[in-house]
Amino acid sequence: MRQTYYHIRLAFVALIGLAGAAAAAQTTPSPQPMPQQAAPAPGQQPPALAPGQTPPPLEVDVTGGISAPMPIAIPAMPTPTIVSTAAGMSDQVGRELSNIITNDLKNSGLFHPLGANMLRPVAFPEVTAPAFDYWGGTGAQALVQGFIRANGDGTLTVGCYLYDVAARTELTRQGFVVPPSDWRRAAHKCADMVYTRLTGEGPYFDSRVVYVSETGPKAHRIKRLAIMDQDGFNGRFLTNGQTIVLTPELSPDQRSIVYMSYLNDRPSLYVYDIGSGRQRLLVPNTALTFAPSFSPDGRWILFSMASNGNTDIYRVPAHGGTPQRLTNSPGIDTGGSFSPDGSKIAFESDRSGSQQIYVMNADGSGQQRISFSAGRYATPEWSPRGDLIAFTKIGGGFHVGVMSPGGGGERMLTDGWQDESPTWAPNGRVLMYFRTSEGKSGASDLWSVDLTGVNQRRIPTPLDGSDPDWGPIRP
Amino acid sequence: MAKTTATLLFATALVALAGCAHKRPPVLPPSPGEQPMPPQGPVGDQIMPGSAADFQRSVTSDTIHFALDQYDIDPTARAILDSQAQWLMRYPNVRVTIEGHCDERGTREYNLALGDRRANSTKNYLAARGVNPARVSTISYGKERPIALGSDEASWAQNRRAVTIVIG
Repeated sequence: MRQTYYHIRLAFVALIGLAGAAAAAQTTPSPQPMPQQAAPAPGQQPPALAPGQTPPPLEVDVTGGISAPMPIAIPAMPTPTIVSTAAGMSDQVGRELSNIITNDLKNSGLFHPLGANMLRPVAFPEVTAPAFDYWGGTGAQALVQGFIRANGDGTLTVGCYLYDVAARTELTRQGFVVPPSDWRRAAHKCADMVYTRLTGEGPYFDSRVVYVSETGPKAHRIKRLAIMDQDGFNGRFLTNGQTIVLTPELSPDQRSIVYMSYLNDRPSLYVYDIGSGRQRLLVPNTALTFAPSFSPDGRWILFSMASNGNTDIYRVPAHGGTPQRLTNSPGIDTGGSFSPDGSKIAFESDRSGSQQIYVMNADGSGQQRISFSAGRYATPEWSPRGDLIAFTKIGGGFHVGVMSPGGGGERMLTDGWQDESPTWAPNGRVLMYFRTSEGKSGASDLWSVDLTGVNQRRIPTPLDGSDPDWGPIRP
Repeated sequence: MAKTTATLLFATALVALAGCAHKRPPVLPPSPGEQPMPPQGPVGDQIMPGSAADFQRSVTSDTIHFALDQYDIDPTARAILDSQAQWLMRYPNVRVTIEGHCDERGTREYNLALGDRRANSTKNYLAARGVNPARVSTISYGKERPIALGSDEASWAQNRRAVTIVIG
């Protein structure tokens, strides 16, 4: 089975009215993403802000948003003509697109999408001329409209428009040309546009998660390498479960996955190429290698190697080569994670007598302990924004928390019996982790929580799940 | 076709070995200078000397246990490993793998390292008792393969273990 994930790219198109969108779709299907400033439709106010202008009033307070999520209307996206596409009937796809956007925004905790009973059908010409009188009466502050059109070449064009209901203005718009297999991504891109425009935070809905799918009895869990969209859809297994697989991580270019496998009873790290399905041993060596992590530029892989009962952190060129040893304490040094600028590495070590978090320079120099409170600290993960390090804290259970890279401002975010191994969403505002249940089932599930700690949600997976790694935003 | 031939040859070999085995007294130790029998599974109700089954019935236990987050060999574990070392000295061609395991109260990656520590301290003890370390391989399972399923002290104590497996 040939995988085609990275052959498929979204083409962004400027929406110059609806007719313009169709024209753009036919002339600019490009293999490269082309983010463009949306052009205003005739007769409408340009939404773009010049520097120094007063910002628009519509804005989500990302710290208070959880207690007062913004009411937003996301009606079904109309289609100019109902036709059959490889993704389904176009009108049905239009309804599904708005459902996906609704779920994304709702799950962020910052939005309160109107229920179906408050929504009304939107006629195709109405997409760029909203019925503000009606929407104002629903209590919605923001309105997301759009359309779906099937193109002659088999692709789909999805238009996405965001309106400020009270000000009766368009805030932003984007168009996407997608192959039918990627139709859900158009909705995630639209939700990302709305989210970033209204919160000021970075996008994260159009992203994927690699994780370990689990099933079977606690004493003999069957574990498969798996990948899915951030919302749990489009999941598929990459390994068959015959060997234990652990701790996958997606490369920054999203073309490969480094993970640990017990293949041939030699627990070692492998690099799996998503496109070809081929894999190679990362470090040809008989020693135990584990705890992999890419550098932000994708050139290096950090890992731990155990030798004669001592575990240290090494780095090796991602394409293979000679490992360089970065730590040499007699204890267990593991869980390395690069800072987003690649200059530093957070890791855990029990050199003090118990697991604690340390930070060092990327060459291994300047190792400094940053966690000092009671309890043990493990699995540090540097936020993509650079401002925080997430970790697992052990002591009366496992909990996910965050602290600053200097060690201050520790906050706990979760309260499960065993919440382990946080991974950051691409925007550094949401974390995913796995929660293991107590007792004989030992089942694990994937959960997410945002930085406020109050929006804990289980991520739907077909089987159980563990060891999530949240990949970057997709191009 | 080739596969069928191989299967037939293998079956013939098994018959030959089994026939050979029946002629030997079941638990006679190898005479000086004689190579010990290659390890075999039980044949009929007999246990081949030097086999995994022979190991199981000859040693005090195939498993030793550890305290929380520890990997030192305590006196109980020492007695068990002494019996394992004695057996291994009798069959110098037998190789073993030592599995290191942990309870569920450690994080996954740390437990892989801790399981490696436990397997290695077990290996080092056997080596100190005269077993050639080249015969002993180690593998850490971290917390991936518990044998007791509860989330309680008794279960955790059972799961913090190193298991010696005869591999031939």
